[in-house]
Amino acid sequence: MGGYAVFVWPSYALTALVLWLNWYLPRKQHEKALRQLKRRRKVDKK
Amino acid sequence: MFLWFHKLGSPPHFYRIAGKWIPWLSWIFLMLLLAGLYGGLIEAPPDYQQGESYRIIFVHVPAAWMSLFIYVVMAFCGAVIIVWRMKLAEVVLISSAPIGASFTFLALVTGSLWGKPMWGTYWVWDARLTSELILLFLYLGIIGLHNAIEDKRVASRAVAILALVGVVNIPIIHYSVEWWHSLHQGATVTKFDKPSIHWSMLIPLLLMALAFQVYYVLALFQKCRVELLQRERNSKWVEEL
Amino acid sequence: MTPARKKRLGLIMLMVCGVALGVGLALKSLDQNIMFFFTPTEVNSGKAPANKLFRIGGMVVEGSVARPGDGLTVKFDLTDNEQSVTVRFAGILPDLFREGQGIIANGKLDGSGEFVAEEVLAKHDENYMPPELAGMHEQKDDQ
Repeated sequence: MGGYAVFVWPSYALTALVLWLNWYLPRKQHEKALRQLKRRRKVDKK
Repeated sequence: MFLWFHKLGSPPHFYRIAGKWIPWLSWIFLMLLLAGLYGGLIEAPPDYQQGESYRIIFVHVPAAWMSLFIYVVMAFCGAVIIVWRMKLAEVVLISSAPIGASFTFLALVTGSLWGKPMWGTYWVWDARLTSELILLFLYLGIIGLHNAIEDKRVASRAVAILALVGVVNIPIIHYSVEWWHSLHQGATVTKFDKPSIHWSMLIPLLLMALAFQVYYVLALFQKCRVELLQRERNSKWVEEL
Repeated sequence: MTPARKKRLGLIMLMVCGVALGVGLALKSLDQNIMFFFTPTEVNSGKAPANKLFRIGGMVVEGSVARPGDGLTVKFDLTDNEQSVTVRFAGILPDLFREGQGIIANGKLDGSGEFVAEEVLAKHDENYMPPELAGMHEQKDDQ
């Protein structure tokens, strides 16, 4: 990277991290929300 | 067309459609990303002045474009909320905010990492950098305001107004490099005459921009689905899931 | 569109225009403060603050870069293609610093009209191209 690796790679790494977080966290939250719904339905049935 | 739009506006329908689109969008995003990274990091030649350091452009510029684009989408949603009281617009507005804030943050940090070797400083208070920082605060303000108000319909109305008021910052960011002397250089791609960037660098740049655009829709759909489930947890369609 | 919606649409348009006008006026009045730097012409005509740090921006005049004395101090002329100001600087120059390059220096004027810089930043242009291509337009030395 012509001596600029310390600037270029962190830029790419940080971008990857932030994009991954924005993809992964909602995914987890969605699973959690669905699980809660199921649990609530079970309680309602009893 | 209007009917389609109207149907898409209904929460259960949107929830289903978004769920169907997510895998497709993920694949399209990955393809564009890989093509853009290959073009930008391997194929594209170094710059005549900046050498290899200019390669930050392939994440910096698309992130900065998205930071502006997402804000405009949110302001548009704000108008729809105030005028038509459409529920889906409320969900899209608040789901977009963290994604927009992320892109703004990335634009600022990658810009600063580019500024250090080229300009000789991480940060200066010139018009472009300052107005972009204000954009980050607007995003954070919208998220904070939405969290602070318990009733989500009231919260949506409040953030709609904030989003609309803040939209005046968008042309300021874009034209800041023309209206005032700044350290940041002028526009490269969005000039009226032809872009002053060689095609071997322009193509990966546009690929990355397109990839980020698809990523926004993808991330937005995922966030919207969570938000919809939480808001509508007592309605019939959620019970039937 | 129902009358109620029309009214609301009108209201938000009025609000956005009002805010835009307010911000526009505020920026107009702050114009000098938002200007990141002064040009050599502005400095020579006395527009820049005296005895206070300010920034000056322009192109480094080809062939004007000299290192008089100890070799630590760099001296060069800065131009906006109309007038020029001589800048003195002792410190580390950014990678992009070269003759013909746009730069911004932060510092103040000394008694003799020379600008003593405490910091020099390079301003790069909005053109991106491979080195071979640039060589066809103008002679470029390195990289």
